[in-house]
Parts: sequence; structure tokens; C-alpha cells
Amino acid sequence: MSRRLTLIAVLSIQIIRSRAIEILINVILLAFLAITALSLAFTKDLFASVMLTGIYSLLSAAFFVLMDAVDVAFTEAAVGAGISTILMVTTLTITGRYENRKLYHPVIALSVVIVTGVMLIIGTMDMPAFGSDTAPAQVHVGPYYITHSGEDIDIPNIVTSVLASYRGFDTFGEIVVVFTAVIGVLALLEFSRKENEVVNTPAPMFQHKILRIVSKILIPPIMLFAMYVQFHGEYGPGGGFQAGVIFASSIILYAMLFGIEQTRKAVSMPVVKILSALGVLIYGSVGIVSMLNGGNYLNYSVLAESDITGQHVGIIIIELGVGITVATAMILIFLTFARRIGKSNPNSGTKEGTA
Amino acid sequence: MSFLEQYNYWIVILLMMSGFYIVIAHGNLVKKLMGLTIFQTSVFILYISISKVIGGTAPILDDQYTIYSNPLPHVLILTAIVVGVATTALGLALAVRIKEAYGTVEEDVIQEKDLQQEGSAE
Repeated sequence: MSRRLTLIAVLSIQIIRSRAIEILINVILLAFLAITALSLAFTKDLFASVMLTGIYSLLSAAFFVLMDAVDVAFTEAAVGAGISTILMVTTLTITGRYENRKLYHPVIALSVVIVTGVMLIIGTMDMPAFGSDTAPAQVHVGPYYITHSGEDIDIPNIVTSVLASYRGFDTFGEIVVVFTAVIGVLALLEFSRKENEVVNTPAPMFQHKILRIVSKILIPPIMLFAMYVQFHGEYGPGGGFQAGVIFASSIILYAMLFGIEQTRKAVSMPVVKILSALGVLIYGSVGIVSMLNGGNYLNYSVLAESDITGQHVGIIIIELGVGITVATAMILIFLTFARRIGKSNPNSGTKEGTA
Repeated sequence: MSFLEQYNYWIVILLMMSGFYIVIAHGNLVKKLMGLTIFQTSVFILYISISKVIGGTAPILDDQYTIYSNPLPHVLILTAIVVGVATTALGLALAVRIKEAYGTVEEDVIQEKDLQQEGSAE
């Protein structure tokens, strides 16, 4: 009996310890985030600012893992620390590295910010305690998804069930927004140039021989990993959004090392443009097919003999649509931006520290 | 203990306000977009903090666990991140075009040039 009690005591001490450590990591990570954001507000060098936003994204990805949001962490690490940093650096090569102007009315701006902040902090006084399981956010639809998704959809990753099935409409809207943003970028940067114009942008990192050789070995495994994330999203963290971004990053790596024009030879731009629309079409047509089979729009249960098989089929197809659109969208956005460097500044590729 | 209960939300507000300050006090358009990114991520941190249940685990079903964090905010935020980078790219594309048209991305210079143009048109 006493041995049992000691065992329980030891176990509970371990649990308390691990919770205490969890809280400690939470406090430290958030403090680092605050320091990064504050230093970002006061640096004048935009290149340093981009690096700080990258650090900020990576720290928040670590924080999301701590908060059990593994899918979100995955996305933030790939998007925030990867693609968006690259895009910002590319933009800086066109718009210039230094912010040369003084701040606008820093005292007024600071007082507006402080007043808003104080009011928001007063607002948090009524918020439920962090991590409480009786908070309003935890007692409505959340428990339904946790208890029912196992029998309704029969895949372990609840986030994928909610994303692709319960809230398929939201995800469809979001993928349409991504597609629309790509059309906007193309309209602003690509269609406004003359098609026969030859842009000769040397690869910014071509002189790094070791990087070139190592990346050539790395690119196929990155693509393979993207496929794993794509088709394993039902069982672990991942899915179409993350897979698309990872796949695009392998192409972007190739473009950085071997040049934009070389990449445009390897990756046919018209095909990429068509694919980005095709992804949205695949997603949308799953809804039409389910309507033709007598169900509601995006109700996958009618797609196959049994409800659960139908759900599985539907989720795999729409995740594929999401993956295709996100991957091609990121590739298109990067290549369009990078090609603009050659147009705006013909010497940019030969300068040190461009991208 | 009450400090730890609201700590996450206070940091979120601090991050949000730094982003807000960058947007209103800095004149460089690319820097403003960075401020917006900071603001945006702070909202993500708020949502993910709310979804956390202490003692819970990642919402991937397994017989070993019974308590899971709320999956709904995770879904909303993971799609928001990808949408966020797409719209940021659109903003950066606008900044590139402004640079090509005005030769600068500093707000006050752009405004000056606009005023000059209006003056010469009259």
C-alpha cells in the first residue's frame, strides 16, 4: 500500500514538474517574442527588420507547438520563417535597404498605442484564465469535434477533419482568397511587362558552390517530404496547406541557386498558372459532384458506398486541390517578384547581399 | 497566480501594439507591412492561447489521451497564415509598383510628389 502511495506521489511530482516547465517555457518564449517585436519597432535597417520578422515567426511556431497546435506551428514555420522572409528580402532589393526618414509624430503615435494597449489590458481582466477547461471557447463546438469526429470521419487528426469536412466551406473560401491574391500579384507585376523582354537575372547565390551541390541533393527529399505531408495529413500534423508551401520552397531554393530564367525553363509558367486555377476547380467540383449525388454542397458522405469512405475520398481530393493551389501560388508569387528585380535594377544580381 | 492567468493575453497586447506603432509611426511602406505581419501574428497567438487546455494534448486522436486542446482555432489560424502570406505578397507587389512609379516607398515623399503633380495640373 505504502509503495503504491509513493509511486503516486512520485508520478504527481513529475506531472507538476513538467507543467511548471511548460509554464516556464511559455513565459520565456513570449518574453522573447516581445523583445523581438519591440526591437523591430526601433531598427532602421530594413534587412535587419526582415531577419527579426523571421525570428519572430520561428519563435511563434515554437510557441504554437507548446500550445498543442502542431498543424499551425508547421504552417507558421514554413510560411512565416520561410516564404514571407524570402518575399520581403526580394522586395527590399527593389525598394532599398534603409529607411531614411524620421518617424511620424512618434510621441502622438506612442500615446495612441499606449492608450489602446491599456484599454485592451483592462479588457483582459474579464477573460477566463489561460488554459482553463471551463472557458466559453472550450464548451461549445470544440467538444463536439473532439468526441464525434472519430466516428463521423474516422481519421485521427481532428484538425484535418474540421478543416476539410466540418468546415469545408471556410477552407474553400480561403483557398479562393489565395488564388485571388495570386491573380492580383500577377496583374500588378507580371502582366504589366512586355512579354518578349529578356531579363537576365544572374542567380543571386550561384557563386556558392557548396550550397549548390548540397541543395541539388536536398531538393528531391524536400519534394518527397512535401508529398508525405500531403498524404499523411489525416494521421499526423500536416495537410495540403503545409505540403504546398514545402513543395514551393524546394522550387524557390532551386531558383535562388540556379537563376530565375533557368527555373522558368524547368518549371513551365503557363502550366503552373493553369495548375493554380485547377486546384481551386478540383476543390469546388467535389462540392458539385456531391450535389449531383443528392447531397449538399461539399457533403462527402454521398461520394461513396459508405459515409466514412465518402468522407475519406472527399478529404483526400480536396486536400490535393488545396496542395496544388498553395504550391503553385507560392511558386508564382516568388518567381514574379524575383523576375522584377532584373527589370527594375539590371545590376542587382551582381551586387553583394541581394537575396 | 493571477499574473500567469493573464500573462499570455498581456504579451499578445504588447505585440499587437508594437505592430500598430510600426504601422502608424514608420513611413516606409515595406516596414509598415512588417508591422502588419507582427500584428497579424499576435492575433494568431491570441487565438492559439485561447484554444489551449492545460493538461491537454495536440488534437490527434489516440486511446492514450482523453483531454485535447480545442481544434477549431487551430483550423482557423492555419488557413489564416497561408491567406496572410498571400495578401502580404499582394501588398509587397503594390510597394514594388509604387517604387517604380515614384522612385521611393517613403510615404511623405510620395505625398509631396502627389501634391506637386496636382499643383502643376491646375
